[in-house]
Amino acid sequence: MSGLHPARPFPEAAKSEVNNPQLRANLRKVTNTIREKRLRAVGELPHWEELRVLGAATKDASLAHLSDRLLELEASVKARGGHVHWARDAAEARELVAQIAQGHGVTELIKVKSITSDEIELNRALDAHGIHAIETDLAELIVQLSHDTPSHILVPAIHRNRAEIQALFNRELGDPEHLSDDPAVLAGAARRYLRQKFLTTKMAVSGANFAIADTGTVCVVESEGNGRMCVTLPEVLVSIMGIEKVLGTWEDISVFMELLPRSSTAERMNPYTSFWSGVTPGDGPQEFHLILLDNGRTDVLADEVGRQTLRCIRCSACLNVCPVYERAGGHAYGSVYPGPIGAILTPQLLHMDDKNANTLPGASSLCGACFDACPVRINIPQVLIYLRGEANGHKGTTLESVAMGAARYAMSEGWRFEGAVKLARAGQGPLVHGGQITALPGLLGGWTQSRDLAPFPPQSFREWWREREAEGAGGEP
Amino acid sequence: MKIDLFITCLNDALFPKTGQATVSLLERLGHEVRFNAAQTCCGQMHLNTGYRADALSLVRKFVNDFRDAEVIVLPSGSCAAMLRELAPDAAHWEGDEALRSEVLELSGRIYELSEFLVKKLGVEDVGAAYPHRVTYHPTCHAMRSLHVGDAPLRLLRNVRGLTLLPLPHADECCGFGGTFSVKNPDVSTAMLADKARHILETGAEACTAGDNSCLMHIGGGLHRLRSGARTVHLAEILASTPGQVWA
Ligand code: SF4
Repeated sequence: MSGLHPARPFPEAAKSEVNNPQLRANLRKVTNTIREKRLRAVGELPHWEELRVLGAATKDASLAHLSDRLLELEASVKARGGHVHWARDAAEARELVAQIAQGHGVTELIKVKSITSDEIELNRALDAHGIHAIETDLAELIVQLSHDTPSHILVPAIHRNRAEIQALFNRELGDPEHLSDDPAVLAGAARRYLRQKFLTTKMAVSGANFAIADTGTVCVVESEGNGRMCVTLPEVLVSIMGIEKVLGTWEDISVFMELLPRSSTAERMNPYTSFWSGVTPGDGPQEFHLILLDNGRTDVLADEVGRQTLRCIRCSACLNVCPVYERAGGHAYGSVYPGPIGAILTPQLLHMDDKNANTLPGASSLCGACFDACPVRINIPQVLIYLRGEANGHKGTTLESVAMGAARYAMSEGWRFEGAVKLARAGQGPLVHGGQITALPGLLGGWTQSRDLAPFPPQSFREWWREREAEGAGGEP
Repeated sequence: MKIDLFITCLNDALFPKTGQATVSLLERLGHEVRFNAAQTCCGQMHLNTGYRADALSLVRKFVNDFRDAEVIVLPSGSCAAMLRELAPDAAHWEGDEALRSEVLELSGRIYELSEFLVKKLGVEDVGAAYPHRVTYHPTCHAMRSLHVGDAPLRLLRNVRGLTLLPLPHADECCGFGGTFSVKNPDVSTAMLADKARHILETGAEACTAGDNSCLMHIGGGLHRLRSGARTVHLAEILASTPGQVWA
């Protein structure tokens, strides 16, 4: 898996992931811990619900005037000495970064953790140009060194345990000493490796958590400080941002400084928040490029129901509360955007006719935990249901659609439904063993994989009611 | 009060005892109970599986069948959530604003059974007796869409002889999700396995909830495990008295 495109339908990919007990145990432990910490962090603020409403409204206001905001952002970045590029799709964005790197004769660059760069499969494209991109976020580095892909928005190596990381670092970081599995020792080895890269690399690539239109400021929020090294030390800085990340003013960003850290890492404030506006002579990168990436986003914006997806601030709270993510893991979603947000964002960015991506809205039991957790109140269950309808629209007639049509017909009249139930009751005989149905045929076979089913009882409620009415007496069990 | 029952298709066909218990309970509390036999289904299965037009034709039927009801009570949290939360959205998506306002107009009169008892009638002790060890699973729709809160627990705490055992990780989904359980059987099974384990950890004889769809799932899993624990709809516990045991 890499980039946006799932290589397999979700149920198929989930099948192989769900049966990995080590993965299940890792995920359960990490998500449960973050989940509880988040509840505590959120519980500290009595006005949390008001903040969520404000967060949603702030994002919506930006999205409602998106093109104006983006033009304003472009003008203010340019006014501060930066360059602005517009990329319609992933290919254009990759090409832009490669050109800038080649223009400076760069063969190695450092990166701030950025899902947007993963979305456009930047590292692989740069490799093809002979440019090596080095991830500087610790978890992202682990994923990169093991030639793996991230499985969580915030904790990309959530599926790896300490012993695996120890083996990896001993192999890849070429440390003379044998590293123990002490987290501090492992972090130290990564630090020595990265420090040397920070001090010698000429160019950095980042994403953006937010951008402020009226001042031309780009913002990255992180925990380790490695991102700050990347945006201050190199000579050339390129930031790639999805166009939905733009906000109007400084005031707009304040609400997210409360919503984001508490929702993602369950901290009151994240350790490092970096802001930069164009270039400052003699201080920091002397050349700054901002790439504004569409890659399907304007189509999402055009959809009245799906639009709310673009409010997402990538906090990953929805992943950590999702029971499906907890069992299946990020790789089952086959895309850089896993979990509930991935289940609605990926298929929309790819358009609903992508036959692997359009299984993603089905990757949910619609329990609603994601909506409750989302700091910008994206009604994920609502969008999931809506997208299932959009996906069906591209599938034409299927066995399922015929069955659903038949069920609807049977339910279109009370007497017709009663007849259908009687028919099913009469026909269920061969399926019933020892008072239970233990194997169902066809489309329903998935049910009896792990569950028995009580058969239709001899009398339906409406038959009982009719009898009772006829007798004119109270009901007996 | 004149109460119109919406028994829901699943209860009608597979769990008639739940409907009968609901009738018995509400009549015991002194209400007039009506059942319009034209009713069938709220359209939840169709809508959640992405068949909007089919779902809306069932929503339209529901509106026609219940237009004149004073209050509509149903022993199913997910169907109540469908009618109150999702049906108006779906009507809007399909451009049927007339249907949307009709469902919205009706939605103020739709109650899930436990919220009807506690929030509308203000009754927490329904005079039930059920001498068993029971654990309660708060179903997702009742909890997160309807916000029934602790209404079912308040009712259960007042049942004579009942020992209420707290369920670990109670607010986690059981993995049913309608057609999700059939289309994603592996993930659904993994979720169910954890739910069943937590239920068995309590040592309860029965797990109860306000929705037979979730209970069908949990009960089917418990039965497959030959665990001995069973599932019982909340209405059947609340209808039970020393003279008449429903579940
Ligand atoms: S959808 Fe909401 S909860 Fe999920 S990552 Fe985005 S902002 Fe966070």
